[in-house]
Amino acid sequence: MGEDIRKITLIGGTTKSGDKETIERLEIHKGDIITLVGPTGSGKSELLSDIEQLARGDTPSNRAVILNDGELNRWGRQMVAQLSQAMNFVLDMPVEDFLELHASSRGTSNNPVIEEVMGLTNSLSGEPIDARDNITSLSGGQSRALMIADIAVISDAPVVLIDEIENAGINRLMALEILSAKGKIVIVASHDPLIILMAQKRIVMHNGGMFKVLERNKQEGEILKKLIVMDNELSALRDTLRRGGSAGIAGAAVNCRVQAHEADGGDH
Amino acid sequence: MKFVTVAGPPSSGKTAVLIHTIRHLLEDGTKVVVGKIDCLGTNDGEKYQKLGIPVIVGLSGDICPDHFYVPNLEVIFNWAKEKSAHIAILETAGLCHRCAPAIKGCLAISVVDNLSNIDVPQKIGPMLSTADIVVITKGDIVSQAEREVYRRKMELINPGAEILEVNGLTGKGSLLLKTSIMQAADVDTITGRELRSSMPACVCSYCTGEKRIGKSFQLGYIKKIEATETKGGGG
Ligand SMILES: Nc1nc2c(ncn2[C@@H]2O[C@H](COP(=O)(O)OP(=O)(O)OP(=O)(O)O)[C@@H](O)[C@H]2O)c(=O)[nH]1
Ligand SMILES: [Mg+2]
Ligand SMILES: [Zn+2]
Ligand SMILES: [Zn+2]
Repeated sequence: MGEDIRKITLIGGTTKSGDKETIERLEIHKGDIITLVGPTGSGKSELLSDIEQLARGDTPSNRAVILNDGELNRWGRQMVAQLSQAMNFVLDMPVEDFLELHASSRGTSNNPVIEEVMGLTNSLSGEPIDARDNITSLSGGQSRALMIADIAVISDAPVVLIDEIENAGINRLMALEILSAKGKIVIVASHDPLIILMAQKRIVMHNGGMFKVLERNKQEGEILKKLIVMDNELSALRDTLRRGGSAGIAGAAVNCRVQAHEADGGDH
Repeated sequence: MKFVTVAGPPSSGKTAVLIHTIRHLLEDGTKVVVGKIDCLGTNDGEKYQKLGIPVIVGLSGDICPDHFYVPNLEVIFNWAKEKSAHIAILETAGLCHRCAPAIKGCLAISVVDNLSNIDVPQKIGPMLSTADIVVITKGDIVSQAEREVYRRKMELINPGAEILEVNGLTGKGSLLLKTSIMQAADVDTITGRELRSSMPACVCSYCTGEKRIGKSFQLGYIKKIEATETKGGGG
């Protein structure tokens, strides 16, 4: 399709009190995962909204967002794909018909694409879904997994904005990695330490402004490893208990046991 | 003065979107007045009044809302001129689904939401196909895939329209709508202008309040269904 978004540059505007934002300029590249941190009301959603609207000093923050080196001033196609906890599926149809509908609306029909989405969805979600299931009957975790896989494969928006990605029984790290591997710019507002540290870089929001940019340091890298182990344990534990198994402690690790006859199908 | 019509199914977010958009217009010092046409009752008048701008509300009551709308256009236009408005915005609700209020030479906006069934665009065809701008709301509560599917549907129904996604709760996207409204042409008068699509013909006894069912109560322009079974899915 010719043009491609290689990077976006955020040009700082003003904070809620009208002072200049500390961060004056920040470049985010294709494949980057950036997190936004800060208490509620610190301006995370507004920053996401500025990016979505390609602000040009015309929003309350006075920020500007530049595509590539400024040679593009408008992106003809869908630039941003969004994901938030408030989103649900409302169309009532089987998953495969839904994906077919989406793929054909993008002009990218069909079978291999749908298979790829189904494969990714089922690797993200603890509870696999069937292509014949109705989308409105999926669980929270299944819906979220399907939304992410669909954004990764069918939606061709180069930028993905995520407003919190809840721990609803999906592999969140894998989700972010998949989006990044597809060459998306991924920006996530989150309160979750695992997500925050997963990103190489995070923007600290304060009083409506970009206050500072932190890179993940060596110690945080170690902490991330621990968090991943803990997160995996937590997922395994959730799975075990849901399937009627028992849990115990083996050394420092949680030990999950599901008796063979209790495990239904033995996925993952 | 710019004269802007805003149509859309009930509760699609017309008022919510307009309130954010009008706030932006007022911040620039633009003088805005609003009219609302509805059938039986509406709280929209009060909502617009809270912006501190002149508001006029017309309720069609016993009269077909479509046929009420057209004769009152001059009334509203002249009222807005008297208020020396730069922009008069007319929110229309209660029009039947085959009708569209769009006027040739005046900016026409339609507002639909992402929650409606995928077939809705077909049902309100004229309202969408005659619009200059189609605003899609409630994208905050559906999936990215559904937003894209809806947007595509709108592009197919009205290839020439500008399509804007606006969040009626937060106002996100309303700045773009403001900018588009500012680019609309000014009109001196509405008298002699034409609707972009026709209104349904109907002068019958029910138009004037008849309630009784039966052949002997039916006077005027009456059209009956042919009582033969529909074969193969209707369509
Ligand atoms: N979540 C969400 N809710 C919205 C959005 N836009 C509007 N709403 C809500 O939808 C409801 C209806 O909005 P209105 O603006 O009154 O709709 P309307 O089209 O003016 O309705 P009528 O004038 O009665 O035909 C309200 O409760 C709004 O708060 C949106 O983008 N997202
Ligand atoms: Mg209204
Ligand atoms: Zn009508
Ligand atoms: Zn009649």
